[in-house]
Amino acid sequence: MAVEAAPNPVVAAEHTSTGLNHRKVLMWTFLGSECMFFASLISNFQVQRGRSLNGPYPDDVINIPFTSISTFSLLMSSLMMVLALAAIQRNDVRGLKIWLLACAFLGTLFLGGQFFEFTQFVAEKGLKLSTNLFGASFFVLTGFHGTHVTIGVIWLISLYFAAARGRITVKDSLSVELAGLYWHFVDIVWVAIFTIVYLLKV
Amino acid sequence: MIELSRRAAPIRRALWPLGAILAGILLTGCESPQTTLSPTTQFADEIQFLLKLTFWSGVGVFVIVEAVLVWVIFRYRARRAAAGLPPQIHGNTPVEIVWTIIPAVLLAIVAAYTTPIIFSTQAPPPKDALPVKVIGHQWWWEFQYPTLGVTTANEVHMPVNQTVTFDLESADVMHSFWLPRLGGKRDVIPNHVNNLWWTPTEIGTTPGQCAQFCGTSHANMRMIAVVQSKEDFDKWVADQKAPPAQPAGGDAAEGKTIFSRSACIGCHTIEGVSQGKIGPDLTHVASRTIIASGILKNTPEDMARWLQDPPAEKPGSLMPNLHLSDTDVKALVAYLESLK
Amino acid sequence: MATLVRPAARPLTSLPRSQAMTGLWSWIITVDHKRIAVLYGATAFIMFLLGGIEALIMRLQLATPNGQVVDADTFNQLFTMHGTTMIFLVIMPLSVAFFNYIVPLQIGARDVAFPRLNALSYWIFLAGGIFINLGWLIGQAPDAGWFGYANLTEKPYAMGLNTDFWLLGLQILGIASILGSLNFFVTIVNLRAPGMRMMRMPVFCWMTMVTNILMLLAFPVITVALVLLMFDRQFGTHFYIPSGGGDPQLWVHLFWVFGHPEVYILILPAMGIVSQVLPTFSRKPLFGTPFVIYSGIAIAFLSFGVWAHHMFAQGLGPTADAAFAFSTMAIAVPTGVKIFNWIGTMYRGQLHFTTAMLFSVGFIAMFIIGGLSGVMHASPPADLQQNNTYFIVAHFHYVLFGGAIMGLFSGIYYWYPKTIGRLMNEKLGKWHFWLMMLGFNLTFFPMHWIGLDGMPRRVYTYPEGMGWDSYNMAETIGAFVIAVSILIFMYNAVWSMRHGAVAGNDPWDARTLEWSIPSPPPHYNFEEIPVVTAMDDWWHKKYGDTGHEAAHGAPAAPPAMAGASVDHDVHTEHAGHGGGGHHIHMPDPSYFPIILAFGMFVMALGVITNYWICLVGFCFVFAAIYGWSFEPVSAPEPPSGSAESHPVHETPRTPVAAH
Repeated sequence: MAVEAAPNPVVAAEHTSTGLNHRKVLMWTFLGSECMFFASLISNFQVQRGRSLNGPYPDDVINIPFTSISTFSLLMSSLMMVLALAAIQRNDVRGLKIWLLACAFLGTLFLGGQFFEFTQFVAEKGLKLSTNLFGASFFVLTGFHGTHVTIGVIWLISLYFAAARGRITVKDSLSVELAGLYWHFVDIVWVAIFTIVYLLKV
Repeated sequence: MIELSRRAAPIRRALWPLGAILAGILLTGCESPQTTLSPTTQFADEIQFLLKLTFWSGVGVFVIVEAVLVWVIFRYRARRAAAGLPPQIHGNTPVEIVWTIIPAVLLAIVAAYTTPIIFSTQAPPPKDALPVKVIGHQWWWEFQYPTLGVTTANEVHMPVNQTVTFDLESADVMHSFWLPRLGGKRDVIPNHVNNLWWTPTEIGTTPGQCAQFCGTSHANMRMIAVVQSKEDFDKWVADQKAPPAQPAGGDAAEGKTIFSRSACIGCHTIEGVSQGKIGPDLTHVASRTIIASGILKNTPEDMARWLQDPPAEKPGSLMPNLHLSDTDVKALVAYLESLK
Repeated sequence: MATLVRPAARPLTSLPRSQAMTGLWSWIITVDHKRIAVLYGATAFIMFLLGGIEALIMRLQLATPNGQVVDADTFNQLFTMHGTTMIFLVIMPLSVAFFNYIVPLQIGARDVAFPRLNALSYWIFLAGGIFINLGWLIGQAPDAGWFGYANLTEKPYAMGLNTDFWLLGLQILGIASILGSLNFFVTIVNLRAPGMRMMRMPVFCWMTMVTNILMLLAFPVITVALVLLMFDRQFGTHFYIPSGGGDPQLWVHLFWVFGHPEVYILILPAMGIVSQVLPTFSRKPLFGTPFVIYSGIAIAFLSFGVWAHHMFAQGLGPTADAAFAFSTMAIAVPTGVKIFNWIGTMYRGQLHFTTAMLFSVGFIAMFIIGGLSGVMHASPPADLQQNNTYFIVAHFHYVLFGGAIMGLFSGIYYWYPKTIGRLMNEKLGKWHFWLMMLGFNLTFFPMHWIGLDGMPRRVYTYPEGMGWDSYNMAETIGAFVIAVSILIFMYNAVWSMRHGAVAGNDPWDARTLEWSIPSPPPHYNFEEIPVVTAMDDWWHKKYGDTGHEAAHGAPAAPPAMAGASVDHDVHTEHAGHGGGGHHIHMPDPSYFPIILAFGMFVMALGVITNYWICLVGFCFVFAAIYGWSFEPVSAPEPPSGSAESHPVHETPRTPVAAH
């Protein structure tokens, strides 16, 4: 009966080598890989700093007050996500639905802000992908981030509909937790982007 | 189920690389003109020292490790009457430490010899070095001597025992400037200026070529370096700076007329005639021993071949086939060969 | 184990879900790791032949100076595709074939953690492999070298579709790799049999895990590099375009930050294979197992710190050169440690030179040469003469062909009996080995010489009078000798399927768990998930804890048949059950992976043709994701009399969950 020492009872909900659900390990690993992806995009942005041959330059277009509001929106959405997970973990499906919707709403608000900002840059400030290196790096970096947020919003809304049809209970809280991990990651990446692209002048 | 192999084949296997190395060493006498193993500058010399250091220590490691491998293979071949299991040895920590430290020490020695040479060969060039600006094009080399007012192509002249410093730029894509007997290579990168310098010690002509894949005719992007005595070099400079010879008449004069009214003037410079910057400067093209970046000799026959169909000689060449008539070609060749 | 309970009917998945286990359709919808492994292996081998033919044509062109076999453009496409194919379409998927087949068996699992994701990885790989070769059909195969340096890959220097096929194909392949790596990582972390602590896990699984971590961290970097190139080509950005302020050297950095870990991705699996083969045919454990494992980890870690040794001629400056020279020399140390431990494994062993063993020993012999030439490049000034010459070509072929390919062949001969149930023919195997060694060395050893003699690489021809003629001719002959050896292998592989000696469970009297089950294994692998008590657990179950340092005579117990127990540590509940594991429920097949992969292929086509086609492809992708997320791991059984609904669960992990 030489089975190894029992897994840690606190995390050992699963009969896996670590006691963690496969999908949870998968999500963490995937996010680790995504870190390298965004690190490469952010590095590219930093490398291209100051190399634009012509304007508009960052100072001409960056609107920190405006972007701060959409940043705040995204940060608050993470709070909504925390509340959503807490709700389903105590089997409060109604709460789950409310907070999921709130999270998706704030995420969409963020996306709206991004969309507005991008169209402003293109139409009014004359900053397109092809205008200069700043435009190229900026749009590629924030564009990929925005795509990740969009996927997250679709995911959240799908969860909402699933919850609305009674298909999510406390037993399924892992599904919400996985979405939460992804959502928080996307938020943290934005914190990094906001800091490096908008706030830092170096 | 498990077949036992008794053949002496493992010896043959181990001897293969040894034999091939031996052959390589013995054949060292037959080197190409472009060999890296006959340095003519201190730069190339220091590189070769490191090559020899790493090569011979590598050979030493190879001989020892492969010998141990071969011995183990023979000594511990399974005997037909093998009974039981061999000792189930799991490891030996002191041994592990030893064979981690020894290679580390050997590598540290290599690093210790390497580092000063990295810095000395990349130090700024001496103040009295002769500056040459090298511009890599698809698929030819442009050489400018800013302090001497000379522009030429594919054939770079240097005075012996004088340091020359090369500032390397690209007009289009990445190339690599490589004259093996004079030194290691340095890549030529658009929007960058790289530097390489050396002091040639032997008079003679040595070939080189582009060493960074740069498109269709990368293989054809060659050049030669001509190291001359100071007197010969000064004469060469004077000849290059002199205004081009005016053709006396006949084919050569006809050639000049054809040149002046053809597409040639869009790409080439001949002083007093045209100012094209896309192709090589032809003001003194007849003074060179090679044309078309070294794939052809500077003879009337080769020149004619080139003019008739450049892309056939150099695939992808930006110099088009102008469908010149034979008489036109003859005249142009006469003209160009007069531009000494 | 939480999954959504499947309601009575859903629009998409009311399509019949096939349960086919035989026939062509079953291969298309399979989620069984063993079948997926066979798919990977077969596809990779076909790519190997394709890449080999590309090589043979190049060698014909280079056999004589001023060759006229192919023109410059074709040659440039050939060398680009040869490199791209061998790296991304041969060595990597062959390694993945082994990860797929062997890792679950060695860790005592029934499958990988995510079987459908596994299938998806294969189909996306196939889509990428086909896509990147599409260029041949229109004479515009990728032609800027396997590392595609900017700005040669930019307009106006690359106006055709060549580079687009390359960058889109590689992006597709990158996604396949990342998805696969996620799967194997979770599998190794989470699906080990009870008792299999990490340090009791076979070294091949360790190398698999390390390789997959490298892939997860390296592939995003090349994805970004390729995305930036794609934006330059499609959307007018100037990341690498000098006229727009961009820097071609950025590409070089990004590429090699990926590229160097990539070469360790290529070699570590083969090293893992060798670490299994040598102990088996030496009849003693791997010498210094922890050190071999730690070396693998060290190599992976250091591999992210050496990339600029590919850039010693780029003029990065003496400080950068020196720093990368040091890190490159440092990485040689753990590599050497592995080699010494392999030799130590054979020392005082009983060496049986089966073909698998020959290839592993050949690996060591050839890799030593490749490693030593690598040390020669590690000195930046010396590398200024070696870089971009045939000396480098010699180096990487010694490590990738003499190393990785030979290691993979060792694995093929070793594990063929397990997968097919029959042994390969040893005589033909030995012909393969010796001819390959002869041909390989004849082809690549002279390249050391001509490289030092001044012959650059990637040249479609060379002039007379350089003294390179006879060496090139010898190399061409050698290449054809290699080709003959491969034909022998192919014949052997096919012949042995019918006529090879029946293998039984454990023809080699080996050490790891895959040899404790039938050959080929049943669908569910283990009837009873084993409980592991030691490294080389199967060996311990057979022979007990026989002598660690001292040699003893007869083994403690005769080799056991599968299912029977030898000592008290093994569950004996179902000893001798042999009933075919009817109680074990495996995940059902799915057609969503191939649909998703097809959608990605269409999207890539859309990028180079018409963006509306992109949208069509995206619809397939989206529909597949949607359907997949609602599809349970196992289709529910038809309603029975029992009130208890059939539980849907994830891949069974333990004997408990198997019921």
